[in-house]
Amino acid sequence: MRINYPTSIKVIKVPCTGRVDVLTILKAFEAGMDGVYLAGCLEGECHFLKGNLRARKRVNYAKQLLKEVGIEPERLEMYNLSSAQGQRFAFIANEMAEKIRALGPSPVKKAQDAFKA
Amino acid sequence: MIVGNRKSLEEILDMVKPYKKILLLGCRECITVCAAGGEREVGVLASEMKMSRAKDGQEIEIKEFALERQCDFEYIDQIKPFVDEYEAIVSMACGAGIQYTAERFPKKVVLPAINTTFLGVTLEQGVWAERCQGCGECILHLTGGVCPVARCAKSLFNGPCGGSSGGKCEVNKETDCAWQLIVDRLKALGQLEKYEEIIGVKDWTTSRDGGPRKRIREDLRLG
Repeated sequence: MRINYPTSIKVIKVPCTGRVDVLTILKAFEAGMDGVYLAGCLEGECHFLKGNLRARKRVNYAKQLLKEVGIEPERLEMYNLSSAQGQRFAFIANEMAEKIRALGPSPVKKAQDAFKA
Repeated sequence: MIVGNRKSLEEILDMVKPYKKILLLGCRECITVCAAGGEREVGVLASEMKMSRAKDGQEIEIKEFALERQCDFEYIDQIKPFVDEYEAIVSMACGAGIQYTAERFPKKVVLPAINTTFLGVTLEQGVWAERCQGCGECILHLTGGVCPVARCAKSLFNGPCGGSSGGKCEVNKETDCAWQLIVDRLKALGQLEKYEEIIGVKDWTTSRDGGPRKRIREDLRLG
């Protein structure tokens, strides 16, 4: 389709979003990521039946954990789309990148940079 | 198994405020089954603590380690080789394990990360419920396998109180009335005549009311 999406997005492929664990998400933020989003199949159309539903529950739980830590829970999102929806993929990527840009660098990253300075 | 839940991050961070190097100790038994203090939860808590402390401009070094159990010295001793490198131990075991770790290392500060609650079972993945109070004198044979001590809010022994309504307890509309469960179970077992047998006043000395308890088997003691 040759649709552009921001270069600030790093894609990590998983066989199903149900594979993503809460700890994986937290570790991403710990490493200094400003935002994380999961892009899974449309609800009801998970190839592995319920993986995307579990992922949504884990994302909701992880949002609570982030709130506890003091990181804005909006930095983590769950999206559903079909693998055929190239345009929606780019739309989501743009939407998320804009949102994160507006939020600014993750408070964890700012602190880590302050240490190194 | 023993069920508990993790304390809030705020409470735990408050406990570890003075320390820069801690050992986060999980347990692979009960507290793993109820997803409160196992290896994964140790990882989650460590990550949360590191991020929060980084935000506040104070670093913290955390060693994550999960023991098989924290209620046997043989297992707790697995941390002996490196325990002295850490200023404090934050234990994610049940209350018994936290205390035993503290007993084993009396000069080390041991902090609880778990609020231990009850003896219970897994109703479904993610849901655990109380079943036993450890009263020391089991009468499950008289009540069709449902415990009135643990499951009745008033621990009544001879039938429901006036607050039993629609099979639910007046304390909480989601709590089943234990005596409704008992009658239903006795009916299903064809033992309804047991319901009419009066169970006498309970001797609570076998329970915690009689003081902290101990069990000894002389034939198993070494030396």
